[in-house]
Amino acid sequence: MADQTPAPSGPSSGTPMVRMTGVNKHFGDLHVLRDIDLEVARGEVVVVLGPSGSGKSTLCRAINRLEPVDGGTVEIDGTPLPAEGRDLAKLRSDVGMVFQQFNLFAHMTILDNVTLAPTRVRGKSKSEAQERARTLLDRVGIGNQSDKYPAQLSGGQQQRVAIARALAMEPKVMLFDEPTSALDPEMVGEVVEVMSGLAKDGMTMVVVTHEMGFARRTAHRVVFMADGEIVEDTTPDSFFSRPATERARDFLGKILTH
Amino acid sequence: MDVLFGNLSEYLTRFGGTIGLFVLSAIASLILGVILAAMRVSPVPAMRAVGTGYVTLLRNTPLTLVLFFFALGFTKLFFYLPFFLLAVIGLSLYTAAFVCEVVRGGISTVPAGQSEAARALGLGFSQTLSLVVLPQAVRSVMPPLTSVQIALLKNTTVAAGFSVFEAGGFYRAVNEQGGSTLVALLWVAVGFIILVIPLTVLQRRLEKRWSVAR
Repeated sequence: MADQTPAPSGPSSGTPMVRMTGVNKHFGDLHVLRDIDLEVARGEVVVVLGPSGSGKSTLCRAINRLEPVDGGTVEIDGTPLPAEGRDLAKLRSDVGMVFQQFNLFAHMTILDNVTLAPTRVRGKSKSEAQERARTLLDRVGIGNQSDKYPAQLSGGQQQRVAIARALAMEPKVMLFDEPTSALDPEMVGEVVEVMSGLAKDGMTMVVVTHEMGFARRTAHRVVFMADGEIVEDTTPDSFFSRPATERARDFLGKILTH
Repeated sequence: MDVLFGNLSEYLTRFGGTIGLFVLSAIASLILGVILAAMRVSPVPAMRAVGTGYVTLLRNTPLTLVLFFFALGFTKLFFYLPFFLLAVIGLSLYTAAFVCEVVRGGISTVPAGQSEAARALGLGFSQTLSLVVLPQAVRSVMPPLTSVQIALLKNTTVAAGFSVFEAGGFYRAVNEQGGSTLVALLWVAVGFIILVIPLTVLQRRLEKRWSVAR
């Protein structure tokens, strides 16, 4: 984050920020997550790729238990996710999340969207939260729109507000669930730019996306999923130039040929 | 006109009783109904079961029976309360079941993403409901909620059967003095229509005020 000493970008050793062990999840008969093992180191940017229906969104949502899992454990910074309740809420407040549909609170101004959780969850004073919110909104380029309502902003602007809203909680890790998939093409760039800036500042990020450019340039690791399994887990360079599995080659063939 | 002006003070005090029953029951049923709706969408299965059980029981019981229970049973089972208060309790408990269902319907009109975003930020269940979901549900809830409250206003006449002094009993008072029952009933109808108008105006005002652009 801007007001932190710039951490050296890249994964560091020690307790992983996110650790999933043997995670399974079913939707009825559909086995959407199969024995998922995944570790994300502090400061690491992991991009999750895969065809639609591969379980990548579910994986992302399982990390903060928006999607309860049937088996296995999920740990954030060494703490296993507790069951629904106060402890889970507390842990979630350290995990920022950005959604495909932005999900800004429709009945609140932009500024109130960003200050709600810091005041209500962290107990910050209103003035302190507003000052911080304005800094963050300036940073994502929405500073002069803070009194508007979400519906008055473009999709790209709303998504940047959503990122600022998540950052206002000073999260340890940020989850992005297809953050650019609902955007008009000309607005993708502005959101990707904000995300790249975050990565550069050393934020730990798990990004489910179809933005291959972002994956190539910014990710430290690419995780490729198909049919609920992690099929490949490697560097962007090796994934894009030397995919090891047939399924990854097939996927890349489909998205890179047009 | 004689029926009205000859009994004007009777008419007005009886409508005063109606308004008293209505205002107290409206407030109590709104509070209880919202609590019940919260229970019905809560993540705790036991809470959901209690909420569902309550609605099933109270919504499917005729109001007359509910009031009978309070007028006859309550004092015997527990302690003495004036009929007026017993009627307020009965009307509130009965109406709360309908308020609950209307509010629950309103909650389901708010996109799931709204509460997901709130939970992802670390807000608890009651914060998510009170700060994010309910404020957005209010608008869609206003028209059916007003209907429920209008029904409550008219249901207060049932309490007349239990010696509560309110407008539904006006015709009897007129009849005892040899006046026309039919005319008396017409004047009671006029009184109710006049009472409903401000409710409808309030509904429109609140709908406008709580509109949420998407």
